[in-house]
Amino acid sequence: MDAVKSLLLIIVGSALVNNIILSQFQGLCPFLGVSKKTDTAVGMGVAVIFVITLSSFVTSLIYKFVLVPLDITYLQTIAFILVIAALVQFVEMFLKKSIPSLYQALGVFLPLITTNCAVLGAALTNVQSEYGILESVFNGIGTAVGFTIAIVLLSSIRESIEDNDIPFTFKGSPIVLITSGLMAIAFMGFAGLI
Amino acid sequence: MNKCIERLYNGIIKENPTFVLMLGMCPTLATTTSAINGLGMGLTTTAVLVFSNLIISALRNIIPDRVRIPSYIVIVASLVTIVQLLLQAYLPSLNDALGIFIPLIVVNCIILGRAEAYAAKNGPLESAFDGLGMGLGFALALTCIGLVREILGSGSAFGLEIIPEGYRISIFGLAPGAFFVLAGLTALQNKFKMPSATNVAGNGSVLACGGDCMHCSGSACMANHATLETRRLQAEEDALKAKQAALAAKQAELAKDQESLSGKLDKNS
Repeated sequence: MDAVKSLLLIIVGSALVNNIILSQFQGLCPFLGVSKKTDTAVGMGVAVIFVITLSSFVTSLIYKFVLVPLDITYLQTIAFILVIAALVQFVEMFLKKSIPSLYQALGVFLPLITTNCAVLGAALTNVQSEYGILESVFNGIGTAVGFTIAIVLLSSIRESIEDNDIPFTFKGSPIVLITSGLMAIAFMGFAGLI
Repeated sequence: MNKCIERLYNGIIKENPTFVLMLGMCPTLATTTSAINGLGMGLTTTAVLVFSNLIISALRNIIPDRVRIPSYIVIVASLVTIVQLLLQAYLPSLNDALGIFIPLIVVNCIILGRAEAYAAKNGPLESAFDGLGMGLGFALALTCIGLVREILGSGSAFGLEIIPEGYRISIFGLAPGAFFVLAGLTALQNKFKMPSATNVAGNGSVLACGGDCMHCSGSACMANHATLETRRLQAEEDALKAKQAALAAKQAELAKDQESLSGKLDKNS
């Protein structure tokens, strides 16, 4: 029971309290770039959940069974970025071949994720917090769900303020950044949750 | 020598990575809680950028074109690891303050963007100066943003207290403040129609990834590069096709003319 509780705490902590975008500032480019429409935002979010969960698992495996036994943990950045890049390529090829319908839905987002710093950030956070393999996977899921929540919320807000009368000075990115700032304030309220 | 100075000017003012190109937003927002943190992040990135540009430019004729992106990533990741170890040894306080954002320099758009757009096409010396210019521009921008946030948020500048405790707006030191400061900055750029990637008026950057983080479809420089490349090829192909079609039409016309001419000649004779 305690184990389940700690895993739940990890998920809530990484999804809401330490939201990857609104309090950690990782993965901002897709957050601001792909949040124009809710459909694409949902697609991006699902793709990120898929990739971060998988990459958290694989990188923690690599860390535990390759880097630690060989005593080369200082190479973690190089190892992780290469593993993530290869993994995304592999996932793309696999989906294209065996699950074309899923590839149709997520395909365009997959190559964009490779250099998304949220993916590498999640892998490095797992190592820094000294999570085991199971905890790493759950932390990855939480992080990615937090990303999806934030990007879907922002895209919905952007869709509904699209026709509003915004002064010229604040058109375009300033209004989006202010919206994200207000969302960040709202997410600060989760700080008391744990 | 002139070219080197031109690169410095280009990086710091004309194509400033933060103010004009709006690249590398994650460290810009995350590490600017104070001016000194922003400066530290900027200088760390500068170090990586100078050496990555230098090495990539020196190896540009050896690296095969098809595997250039992975090669660049390995070079950048190695440099980042070296810088991280150096910081851990000599500047542990800065290392603690920047935390996870030091290894995340690997995925900073500016570095791969410069490698693609400049270092892969130019000599080592110019590339190193290009990296230096871009890095210093980044450091300058981060220091400015950090200074604004520090003054508003904790009432001090570079650690020197200037505003008494009761008059501080502490939210500017926290996460939402970063968004608000950047929103203010981009709003000013809109207002004065300054050259910037986020301007409503559009932009004309020639950087490999377009330099338009706010409206690009994602974060990956390489994906954007691939898209640009296919678009360019497509345009070239279209132009070629149009040219061929025009040529064929012209030839057909010519043949027709000749036919009618020879027909007339026949009649005449």
